Amino acid sequence: MNKKDVKALVITGFGLNCEKETAAAFRAAGATPETLHLNDLLDGQRKLGEFHMLAFIGGFSFGDHIGAGTVFANRIKYRMRTELEAFVRDGRLVVGICNGFQTITRLGLVPAVGGKLFEQQVALAQNEQGTFRDDWILLKANPASPCVFTKGIDLLPLPIRHGEGRFVPRDTALRKELEAQNLVCLRYADPETGEPADKFPHNPNGSVNSIAGICDPTGRIFGLMPHPEAYLSPFNHPQWTRQKLEGVLPEHGLGLQLFTNAVNFAAENL
Amino acid sequence: MYYRLEISVRQGETDPRGQHTVHQAKEFLHLPVDAIATRDVYSLFVECAPEQAQEILNAFTNPVIQSGVVGETKPAAGTNWVLSVGFRPGVTDNVARSARAAIADILGRPLRGDEEVYSSVEYLVRGAKLTGDDMKRLGGGLLANDLIQNTAVLAAAEVREKGMPQNRPVVTDHAPPEVRTICLEVPDAELERISREGTLALTLEEMKAIQGYFRSQKPARLAIGLPPDPTDLELEVLAQTWSEHCKHKIFAAKIEYTDTVTGKSQTIDNLFKSFIRRSTEEIGQRVNWLVSVFHDNAGVIRFNEKLHLVYKAETHNSPTALDPYGGAMTGIVGVNRDPMGTGKGANLLFNVWGYCFGSPFTAQEDVPEGLFHPRRLRDQVHKGVIDGGNQSGIPYMIGWEYFDPRYLGKPLVYCGTVGTLPIAICGEASEKKKILPGDLAVMCGGRIGKDGIHGATFSSEELHKDSPVQAVQIGDPITQKIMGDFLLEARDQGLYRFITDNGAGGLSSSFGEMSGLCGGCDVELANAPLKYAGLQPWEIFVSEAQERMSFAVQPEKIEAFLALAKRRNVEATVLGTFTNSGFLHATWQGKTIAKLSIPFLHDGAPQLKLKAKWTPPKFPEPVIPKDLDIGETVKKLLASLNVCSGEFKCRQYDHEVKGLSVIKPFVGVKNNIASDATVSMVEPLTTEGVILATGIAPRYSDIDTYHMMTSSIDMAVRRTIAVGGSLGHIAGLDNFCWPDPVQGPKTPDGEYKCAQLVRANQALYNLCNAYNVPCVSGKDSMKNDSTKGGRKISIPPTVLFSTIAKMQDIRKAVTLDAKRYGDLVYVIGMTRKELGGSEFYALLGATGNSVPTVRPDEALATYRKVSLATGQELCHSLHTPVFGGLGVGFAKVAMGGNLGLDVDVRLIPAEEGMTPAEVLFSESNSRFVATIAPENREKFERLLAGIPFACVGTVTLERRLALQNGPKKPLCSVHIGEATTAYTKTLDGI
Repeated sequence: MNKKDVKALVITGFGLNCEKETAAAFRAAGATPETLHLNDLLDGQRKLGEFHMLAFIGGFSFGDHIGAGTVFANRIKYRMRTELEAFVRDGRLVVGICNGFQTITRLGLVPAVGGKLFEQQVALAQNEQGTFRDDWILLKANPASPCVFTKGIDLLPLPIRHGEGRFVPRDTALRKELEAQNLVCLRYADPETGEPADKFPHNPNGSVNSIAGICDPTGRIFGLMPHPEAYLSPFNHPQWTRQKLEGVLPEHGLGLQLFTNAVNFAAENL
Repeated sequence: MYYRLEISVRQGETDPRGQHTVHQAKEFLHLPVDAIATRDVYSLFVECAPEQAQEILNAFTNPVIQSGVVGETKPAAGTNWVLSVGFRPGVTDNVARSARAAIADILGRPLRGDEEVYSSVEYLVRGAKLTGDDMKRLGGGLLANDLIQNTAVLAAAEVREKGMPQNRPVVTDHAPPEVRTICLEVPDAELERISREGTLALTLEEMKAIQGYFRSQKPARLAIGLPPDPTDLELEVLAQTWSEHCKHKIFAAKIEYTDTVTGKSQTIDNLFKSFIRRSTEEIGQRVNWLVSVFHDNAGVIRFNEKLHLVYKAETHNSPTALDPYGGAMTGIVGVNRDPMGTGKGANLLFNVWGYCFGSPFTAQEDVPEGLFHPRRLRDQVHKGVIDGGNQSGIPYMIGWEYFDPRYLGKPLVYCGTVGTLPIAICGEASEKKKILPGDLAVMCGGRIGKDGIHGATFSSEELHKDSPVQAVQIGDPITQKIMGDFLLEARDQGLYRFITDNGAGGLSSSFGEMSGLCGGCDVELANAPLKYAGLQPWEIFVSEAQERMSFAVQPEKIEAFLALAKRRNVEATVLGTFTNSGFLHATWQGKTIAKLSIPFLHDGAPQLKLKAKWTPPKFPEPVIPKDLDIGETVKKLLASLNVCSGEFKCRQYDHEVKGLSVIKPFVGVKNNIASDATVSMVEPLTTEGVILATGIAPRYSDIDTYHMMTSSIDMAVRRTIAVGGSLGHIAGLDNFCWPDPVQGPKTPDGEYKCAQLVRANQALYNLCNAYNVPCVSGKDSMKNDSTKGGRKISIPPTVLFSTIAKMQDIRKAVTLDAKRYGDLVYVIGMTRKELGGSEFYALLGATGNSVPTVRPDEALATYRKVSLATGQELCHSLHTPVFGGLGVGFAKVAMGGNLGLDVDVRLIPAEEGMTPAEVLFSESNSRFVATIAPENREKFERLLAGIPFACVGTVTLERRLALQNGPKKPLCSVHIGEATTAYTKTLDGI
């Protein structure tokens, strides 16, 4: 299908707040986004099945009370599980960004190792330094990952802004499985070397093995703590004035690529 | 059924909250704490089966990092104490509110009103030497604010034996509703007592005006069955409406102003109208982008053919002084409601914040009894604004701190919000709104509790030992966010005619003001949704419980309005009807309990009369040591509190959400140098933008508030120019914070403080007019004094001047950091011997007299030319020095680029006869430091011809700030690494 026929759903409400820039990202990537309040899905006015891809966006759903993502994930689990399961089993795409990542780990959509959907296997715990942090970090993508979003990406600078982003797998066995299956698609990297960073501030939260983003074994469900939708314009980058002077200012913000990959994939495969 | 859900960190996982508490307990309280484990507790009084309670626990527990139990685990061996922190009865428990939502999802039914859920945190403390008193200090001094929270301290042995007590802070004070009358036919001293003891903050003259009104209304009142004396509700409404906070009586006063230098006296009838509004009106004749100024909740200016910009800044000083976290949070989420309630309702775009505190390094013994230590206060204030801003999804664009010991008594907490309004909504101009008789009076959002009663009146007084504790509100950003999302949907569907916020004064203020626009209102208070029973009618009407907006809804739309609210989980209640009766009329179950004439309510307060007398102060001039080490001085200035980096705290605020930020609060190769101003897009992926900047210079007030004011305005304007902005489309906000300027026994220098106020206003009129920068909104806070601990502390007169400017093309924005070695360094603008009130003199322990002044013609010429240069993209970097002058300015340019600067101080355009130290540390206004490519030298100099400027050096690869006074006469050579350490270390981690 044409890219503009790819329908992307942005779910909002209850304290989520990145709906506008996430919709802008899908639009800039060529798709047709629509933003819906969760209640419009819960009360049956609209259906998940109308869409090819779904974004769980950033924000503070229910104020992060009882742990980030907990109450929102709980609501979906109790009131929309069947529909969501069908959506995922259909091979449609899901991205969870920041609070959305926290939500889909609580739901057990990622990493779903062993095909175990709705089983929580990893967590995003409070940052090691104990405080919320806003900064730009560098990500290194895993070229061997099945993730459809990160294809062709090597290094990617993005902003992070969270208080609960420390990636923790359930146990070592699970971490090894994640790594063996290349479900770890993004790691925090040291800008000097481009290699995974284990220390603050380049690893901004103390994540285990510098893990910043993961996918499920199909590569179609993807979650990450950094915010690609906040780097759509080249003028978002903190060093853009310097890049401009040196003639290396990119045409688009580099965060856009994740969305473009997803929309292209959907247009070709869904 | 009672269930206790207890959630702990899983074995082997770290407990950052516990570790943080240990760290703070040792550092702030010097307690012998060994370790602290924490756990979250949810107390459920909910009808459900034990299996369901277990299911709820499982849903609440994150199985990867937590473990949970229904019931209680005994404190581990080695635990000495258990400290439990929960909320006091009636205080908003935001976590419990979310828990209720989750429990309802699990049970598949909404919770009933009589089913209760409470949250609390338990700290299991190890430390064999800790006493019960230590634990109380840990509770009250660090973990809880006694005003809003309950702490229970229990010996671990006792807990092992008897278990933890239930946490059930239910409101039990269910006094039946009662309306009292207050007899005003009493002697004057008795009138004063009624005002004082009722926290009404009304003067005798005002009480007499009220007395007179009720005398005149006696027959009419008796005819409708009302007592001749005012009801408690009526008196409270008048006190709230006439409060300094709401009425701005000092700005509206008639002032006899005498200048003892010129010997001239004049009468000023209303400072606001004579200076602030007048300058805006005059500028409005010359610019075409003013849309709505002064009369709405925030100012509105045009942005482009699609959008208007809305901007408002507020202070929230008094509540913050009592409850720093809650007060500051309410400051930010409260000011969010101003743009929300402007015109038909704005979309929120950016936040700004700024605080004035005593030094966080103040010795404990210098803090008067009853006041918070500034370090704790600062931590809590930051946390409140961070939580409020982050959870609302609004990025901050400007944040600053200013320190002076005189903010110890009352901290200043400024919060501001920028919003956008689509030019037209449902085919009508978005900035216009009206109310027609017959429209329904509707309240939306949170419920009403006892929180925030007397907020408006108490903040109109000094802070004293009897300041009412219930005047503090607790914010709930998520409830507000949900309401804000709803109101934009309702707005775009045309479901209401009028919207305004419920801020100070609550419904009394919102319905009172709305009645003034329409001609009256009938309101039934028994219909108001309450958090708990037991509120008196007057409390319902003046409560400042947060997260509420008031609407006028046309009768034909009410059904759709209420239905949408329900679908968005927003509580909306019809409380009455707007009328044209000429009266604000309140009933309780149909019985009239208040009937106040609208003209008397809004215009009946007698005008205040004040005297102001200006005698300029004279300070000793400091002697600058002959052997002054310039390099050390630069480092000391970089490390000083009003210059150094506040990055540690700032990074806890989101400034990237919405994806619009272009020039960020921190810039440079390492993103670690505070930017002059910030630039943002207004919509994703566009090239038009806005520049936000601020100016504040309280120390200049010590010499002359006239120049404090002009310097503050100039600071904001030149910072706008420094990031690539230009004159022509800049609007200002004035936020005045003053010590009490009313002469009296407690304020013997009132006439001087009042003269300071007059002079600041005169300056504002003159310079705003000269710069064509209209003030579009503003606010004043006039009683920033404290007498706690028996010591009077008054703030220095402080004005925050904030600007918002349109930037045509954000792609031409500039940052302050040097970009390339070999670039030429220019200083633009004249340096004068203006060191009075400077950071440098402060280092020498002096104030001096030669305060920086502004020469508008010279400044305007400079700004026009500098804008031409940035428009042609000639400046690789551009910076405007403020505190610490060029010495600090050069260092910031070099540190930002992680490069060196070679500068000959002798070449800097300066007044005759200045020493190098004076040139480097003077804080003269309207100057810039620019770096440009050498090949653009001729072009750049041709552009600047006609204003003072000079090429003073080059950018070097060697990372040193090398200053010399002519060839081979070195003044200093400061390593950039050392300079950066000085700049970043003072508040790092603090």
